[in-house]
Amino acid sequence: MRGKGIHIEGLSKRYGEGDTAVLALKNVNMTVVPGEVVGLIGPSGSGKSTLLKCLGAVIDPTAGRMMLGDEVIYDDGWKVRDLRALRRDKIGFVFQAPYLIPFLDVTDNIALLPMLAGVPNNQARTRALELLTALDVQHRAKAMPSQLSGGEQQRAAIARGLVNRPPVILADEPTAPLDSQRAMAVIRILNDMARRYQTAIIVVTHDEKIIPTFKRIYHIRDGVTHEEAGEGRGFD
Amino acid sequence: MISLAGRDILHAWGKFIFTGIGLGLLIGVTLTMAGVYRGMVADGKALLDNSGADLWIVQRDTLGPYAESSSVYDDLWRGVRAMPGVAAAANVTYLTMQVRHGQRDVRAMVVGIMAGNAGDPGWPPYLVAGRQITRGHYEAVADIATGFKLGDELKIRRNRYNVVGLTRRMVSSSGDPMVFIPLKDAQEAQFLKDNDAIWMQRRRTAANPAFNRPIVPGLLEAILDSQTTNNYVNAVLVRLARGYTSEEVAEPIRRWKRLTVYDRSQMEEILIGKLIATSAKQIGMFLAILAVVSAAIVAFIIYTLTMDKIREIAVLKLIGTRNRTIAKMIMQQALALGSIGFVVGKIAATFAAPHFPKYVLLMPADSIAGFFAVMLICVLASLVAIRLALKVDPAEAIGG
Repeated sequence: MRGKGIHIEGLSKRYGEGDTAVLALKNVNMTVVPGEVVGLIGPSGSGKSTLLKCLGAVIDPTAGRMMLGDEVIYDDGWKVRDLRALRRDKIGFVFQAPYLIPFLDVTDNIALLPMLAGVPNNQARTRALELLTALDVQHRAKAMPSQLSGGEQQRAAIARGLVNRPPVILADEPTAPLDSQRAMAVIRILNDMARRYQTAIIVVTHDEKIIPTFKRIYHIRDGVTHEEAGEGRGFD
Repeated sequence: MISLAGRDILHAWGKFIFTGIGLGLLIGVTLTMAGVYRGMVADGKALLDNSGADLWIVQRDTLGPYAESSSVYDDLWRGVRAMPGVAAAANVTYLTMQVRHGQRDVRAMVVGIMAGNAGDPGWPPYLVAGRQITRGHYEAVADIATGFKLGDELKIRRNRYNVVGLTRRMVSSSGDPMVFIPLKDAQEAQFLKDNDAIWMQRRRTAANPAFNRPIVPGLLEAILDSQTTNNYVNAVLVRLARGYTSEEVAEPIRRWKRLTVYDRSQMEEILIGKLIATSAKQIGMFLAILAVVSAAIVAFIIYTLTMDKIREIAVLKLIGTRNRTIAKMIMQQALALGSIGFVVGKIAATFAAPHFPKYVLLMPADSIAGFFAVMLICVLASLVAIRLALKVDPAEAIGG
């Protein structure tokens, strides 16, 4: 299953019923292969967040099919039983703000996910430290989130998204709070990690300065997506 | 798996400690209130234990001598003493009053005891200093809670008494310390009037033609004499002879002396079931209110702490944390808060209890029950916050 990315076809999401029904997603198709970082761009109210929530198994689509590798997650109303475990083991999240747990140090913030999956504490922490080293924040491993800079926090959040080696990572405007230099650094890291761990990464963004970095971009407007090639500058 | 609750508490330890101290003081008040009730019961039992009596003979159809007033003739004890099964019988009077000591006065129960020996019914069973009363008048033995010292002079009505002995834990059912004086003095103190009142009473009697009859010489003087003496006591205390049951001795006294007799269990029921029942209910109400207030405080604090973590809880849920892990975290924090509060409360109650004017008895069993009650309150109080946390939508972690 790993190594085959995420694939959705004909995905729709309707809120409400009857006259008040709103079709937030209309027959969306998308494929992201392992090692690829794609952009998802659209104005406010276009359906970006709804799509992200469907992809993140947080809300159920009304129709359509979604596959994670070979595993069917949704299929026209049918869904896997344990979405919570699916989110924990197979989907990584990176948020607009890092949302690190303020009462856990950086290592335990990252190690928490494998611990929740039943990995022994020592192994989970070792895995966390490997990622922190890969992201060059190993020197902040014992720091509390409040002691980190914005860039360090976001790198720690990326490490948390990667720690269970999920086949897909959903990044919701991960560069929004960062200046240009740090934003580009985060995108560089996401590209590096996608290649290193063969993870499919979808980055939702408004950030004009990072849009040229994507090789493929999905534009979404009024719940409809269309794909176009990006400039893909700078990270090969 | 790491303890999320523990880490959160360590991270915000100041908030937890200070909240725990505040809660602890409330729990301390609750434990002290329970101790006040236990103290009242203990005072009642001490009163009965220290009287050295097995039976209390009182005026018929009264709940005397502690719960109601009772008057019986002071020569009754002789007849009682001769009855089968009676090892010792003694008159006793009880009078709660302000005893003057220099410029201040002390609330005390003045006990009149018959001349006799230490260990007789009604006598203080032991002393912590000095000696027992040996003279027929103007000597006193006082409980140390009165604050009197050996050699002090105290004033009861118009008479002055020397404190010759000190005793301990001799208190009335309402916790007032006792002052023992000779029976004759106590009888006089109960009915002794000031000179003006005596003079007025003599005038009234002399003005009554039924008492002042010239054809019966000496009648008026005899009546006036009878008015200046008190032949009543409040109760006769009886100690049983070995081998007799309370009922075997009490029944003939009821039948032949036409009096009411209570044994130990009946007297205990009167003291605890009737005399302090209203106070017990009052304390019970306070305990209930304090329990509700404690629960409300814990619920509010845990709710607020959970509200502060809504975003983190949404993230935890989004990344796959089970609901029960989140519920456990909140409940553990509530229990930790309760535990801190209980320890602080127990320490506060233990240090505060000796400074209360009345006896406060902190019983280990009450502390254990209190601990479990606090834990239960914390569990119940955390349910509101848990409900809030479980309703948090993981989608809240994703913008839009």
